Amino acid sequence: MNHTRSAAPAASASPVYDAVVVGGGLVGSALAWGLRRRLDKVAVLDEGDVAYRASRGNFGLIWVQSKGMGMPRYGVWTMASRGRWPELAAQLLEESGVDVQLEQNGGLHVLLTDEEVEARIAFMTNLLAQPGMSQYDWKLLDRRETAELVPGIGPEVRGASWTPVDGIANPLKLLRAFHTTFQRNGVDYRPECPARTITRQSDGVFVIDTPRGLLQAQRLVLACGLSNKALGEQVGLHVPVRPQRGQIIVLERTRRVLHTPMVTLRQMDEGSWLIGDSQEEAGYADNEVALPILGTLADRAVRTLPALRDVGVVRTWSALRVMSKDGFPIYEQSATCPGAFVATCHSGVTLAAAHALILAPMIADGALAADMAPFSPRRFHVEAA
Amino acid sequence: MLRRLDAVTGQSSRPIVRFEFNGRPVECRAGDSVAAALLASGHDAFRETAISGRPRGPWCMMGVCYECLVTIDGQANRQACMTPVRDGMRVEQQHGAREVGP
Repeated sequence: MNHTRSAAPAASASPVYDAVVVGGGLVGSALAWGLRRRLDKVAVLDEGDVAYRASRGNFGLIWVQSKGMGMPRYGVWTMASRGRWPELAAQLLEESGVDVQLEQNGGLHVLLTDEEVEARIAFMTNLLAQPGMSQYDWKLLDRRETAELVPGIGPEVRGASWTPVDGIANPLKLLRAFHTTFQRNGVDYRPECPARTITRQSDGVFVIDTPRGLLQAQRLVLACGLSNKALGEQVGLHVPVRPQRGQIIVLERTRRVLHTPMVTLRQMDEGSWLIGDSQEEAGYADNEVALPILGTLADRAVRTLPALRDVGVVRTWSALRVMSKDGFPIYEQSATCPGAFVATCHSGVTLAAAHALILAPMIADGALAADMAPFSPRRFHVEAA
Repeated sequence: MLRRLDAVTGQSSRPIVRFEFNGRPVECRAGDSVAAALLASGHDAFRETAISGRPRGPWCMMGVCYECLVTIDGQANRQACMTPVRDGMRVEQQHGAREVGP
């Protein structure tokens, strides 16, 4: 018998977790944090540095305006998360000591041409007129009103749509805050431990095969972004997601001057600037950036705020959004493998509070509320029929 | 303190260059980077961090760490290790993050 290397423990020998969350990014971490408030034994299975990790590539907006066209329930869900964010941030600060730098002082969608202004008015009017849509104030600011919020705007800026409900956080600090609470709260975080195969025993317990042995769980939560598709198939969940690449430009730190974030331009709490946000169908290539896209992003940024022309670029990166067919989140419990849930979206920051404080308790209770039905992937079957 | 290696071939034959750091004269050799010239003349704090305000100086000396940022002839956030010295250059220590705006 080889004593230097232990074989994978038999399933019967490992503890049975109340819940195992597959995925340690922002979606999985928020859910694990929320589940731990209700359940004793929670584990998070994560990959290592090679993970695609949209959570480390995103822009950090907590954004409401524009969201929900075609699915008002998503608009309502976004508003609900926005409303619970202060509670989440305060709780994370208390438990982790990490201030995630939440600011919810409103946000701007800047408009550079008269055509953009007309299109924006029509879009926002139609968005908010949908039956069952969330309601919030929005205003079309003219050039002068925009300049009051953002001193130094460029001569091309015609105006902006503004809402008081948009905001920002620091996404890297948010991920760190969740992970710091895992240690304090006793969530069993397992890096370099991706789920390979998942089976459900006749007693309803899930057995998860990993490179580090087998794990057992009463509840299984798939929150592993692009991997949800393949793992979902093993537990009867249809999760049609694809990668959508986004590129970001980072400028050097300056004194903080931009206090009202824009959808494609924001300044971080520590002074660096982020310029986004592109959308490309480029497969899984998250290891390259391209000048045509970056040039377009930079051009719009300096037309918006010409002083940025003299601020140096320190890095650029790309990351992969987890996009469903229609762009809306997918939340579902498996019909054939009850106890298995999937949660996936491309707004892990905005929706973090909803995931932690609203969705996680539903999963802990074993059923999604009836009003979550619009997020079921059954909507894709209807389309195909 | 760092010391110039006069034994290095060609070192002592390079012409003298004079510039200012925080208003005081610094003497160095042509071909020095601003960072090398400042280190050789006994300066190791080039700036204060934008976050904690603690002093910082060059670390990598090859353009990747951004610890050596200084203001050169009025332009902030110049990498001292990547900028050759010039006669009459005015170099200033930075306090906190640079300003931006009109």
